Amino acid sequence: MSEIRTLLKARETLLGAAIALLLLAIAARAPAFVAPANLAAVFTDTSILIVLAIGQAAVILTRSIDLSVAANLALSGMAVAMLNAAHPELPVIVLVVAAMGIGLALGAFNGLLVWRLGLPSIVVTLGTLTIYRGLAFVLSGGAWVNSFQLSPAFLALPRTVILGLPVLAWTAIVAVVLALLFFRYAAPGRAIYAVGGNPTAAVYAGLDPGRTMFLAFSLSGTLAGLCGYLWVSRFAVAYVDVASGFELDVIAACVIGGISIAGGIGSVAGAVMGALFLGIIKNALPLVGISPFWQMAISGAVIVAAVALNVRAERRPGRVILRRVDRRATLEA
Amino acid sequence: MALLDTAPAAAPERAPPRSIPDRTGGRLAGLLRSWEALLLLLFAAVFAANSLASPYFLDIWNLSDATFNFTEKAIVALALAFVILSGEIDISVAGIIALASTAMGAAAAAGQPALAVAGVGLLVGLGCGAFNGVLVTVLALPSIVATIGTMSLFRGLAYAALGDGAYTQYPEGFGYFGQGYVWEWLSFEFTVFLALAALATLVLHFTTFGRQVRAIGHSPEAARFSGVPVRRIRFTLFLLTGLAAGLASVMLTSRLGSTRPSIATGWELDIVTMVVLGGVAITGGFGTIPGVVLAAFVMGLVTFGLGLLNVPGIIMSIVVGAMLIAVIALPVIAARLARRWKRRSA
Repeated sequence: MSEIRTLLKARETLLGAAIALLLLAIAARAPAFVAPANLAAVFTDTSILIVLAIGQAAVILTRSIDLSVAANLALSGMAVAMLNAAHPELPVIVLVVAAMGIGLALGAFNGLLVWRLGLPSIVVTLGTLTIYRGLAFVLSGGAWVNSFQLSPAFLALPRTVILGLPVLAWTAIVAVVLALLFFRYAAPGRAIYAVGGNPTAAVYAGLDPGRTMFLAFSLSGTLAGLCGYLWVSRFAVAYVDVASGFELDVIAACVIGGISIAGGIGSVAGAVMGALFLGIIKNALPLVGISPFWQMAISGAVIVAAVALNVRAERRPGRVILRRVDRRATLEA
Repeated sequence: MALLDTAPAAAPERAPPRSIPDRTGGRLAGLLRSWEALLLLLFAAVFAANSLASPYFLDIWNLSDATFNFTEKAIVALALAFVILSGEIDISVAGIIALASTAMGAAAAAGQPALAVAGVGLLVGLGCGAFNGVLVTVLALPSIVATIGTMSLFRGLAYAALGDGAYTQYPEGFGYFGQGYVWEWLSFEFTVFLALAALATLVLHFTTFGRQVRAIGHSPEAARFSGVPVRRIRFTLFLLTGLAAGLASVMLTSRLGSTRPSIATGWELDIVTMVVLGGVAITGGFGTIPGVVLAAFVMGLVTFGLGLLNVPGIIMSIVVGAMLIAVIALPVIAARLARRWKRRSA
């Protein structure tokens, strides 16, 4: 009985209900949207956001933030696209690994600055955000890598259909499953919660908060690198402004998913649902006849609302430091 | 934010001081070793490098032109410095500029005169600031996520209103705010910036309000125990930052003579960089307005100088990003080296 109650109170259940309601509301206007084939297409379209949200979740859980994910994606995507254009004979798997390697290096750079120098992550990643995107420009000289320059194998991988779903969607599913296991059963995954929940207690328990943050940034970077390949391959073009501003969608997905910016609270399931929530809105707007120009305003409003709800749920009874004098006077009288 | 709680391993190295002096050290010595002195040196170096690199640099009109590309950002930075000093942050400033600009475009399209159009811009800025203030104080949301949300909300509303269109018709006289000159080469924008910088210095360093802002940044609880109205002051700071963004929007819109929803994209980064480069601690409590002003000049000169040398804008943003990380990393590295050196010599 109590288990049912906790399930009902869980953020994920609420979010699931919100998604169901959203789908119902959309179905009332555009029934075609909820057809299984279309829902699968929406999931595929949201896959990259889901994968990035998992990495961001790890970072936010340790009380940090990674604003550089989209720039990381652009740089590693540009790098592998150029590599593919220059050496079409390289097998795709090498390029995927290269993208993840570049992403890892960029994420680890953020992590090192946060770990070894103790710099605030928001400032570090605000800086690397512009540096990474600038490097994408330096690397490409501002030129685009277009689809005719990319090898057929490079473009085909995310589109290959296995058991009814494209590899892009399967990548997200595998990432979600691995993340669920990692955060629940792996020691580093538990360390992320411990460090975010109470860094001092984590130190007493023998954990190194800085190193755990480094790990989280490296994970976020690696996933951003993977998404760099996926993005460039899916849209068949690489240019400097790829995924510009996408970091905000990623953070929004985490925040909507109930991951507390104060660290230690939240789950992979929540982040994934937050990403799906945004993905559904994005895909449904044109169908229900709302101009896509509204999308940014709507996701902004959803972020604010989600943060407000989360804070309400997490709020501990605060203490009143200075009571109003007149009230105390009447109490004493 | 990513601040580690002090781990037990990192115990304080010195015993707490017995006496608590009102001022530390000799004033002149402190001044020479300060962050501001370093910035001044950097400013002189950049200035000298620019005049050597380009023969067109040392021209009074050229220098006057150079001020335009940073005064609008610097005006917002002055206000944002107070917000950051109080331990909060506002990432939505560029979004406010876009929304205020869109509202001004609509007002101009409705046939309003120049002053009314500018008034609309300031009011929208004030409204956005109040909205942020309510989120952070009344609803007690963490300012970083709240303003990431309102950043998309404000700019999103500008996109929703304008789409891929633009407002390009502004009334007679509106151009003065961004293109006018008060005297010879002294522009209206720059004059307003200097006046506001003086005002901000006065308020932060010579009034109770300024001390209260810094007290909140050091410890909101201790400030509240001391009777500082923490929430009211924080609300005021967000309100003022909104107003400053509105003012910057008036100037920018007037200077460009057009409004698109993408106006001032990425400015939040430049503005936050200005404040942090100016020596304001991102965690609150420490920092000065002269530092922020100097940082604005340094950044303005660096980007302008690179522009004279035909360096593309995106390369400049690499420089800005690297500067941002370098200025916060260098003191940490320097302190660590000094400690190691001291240990070795001891």
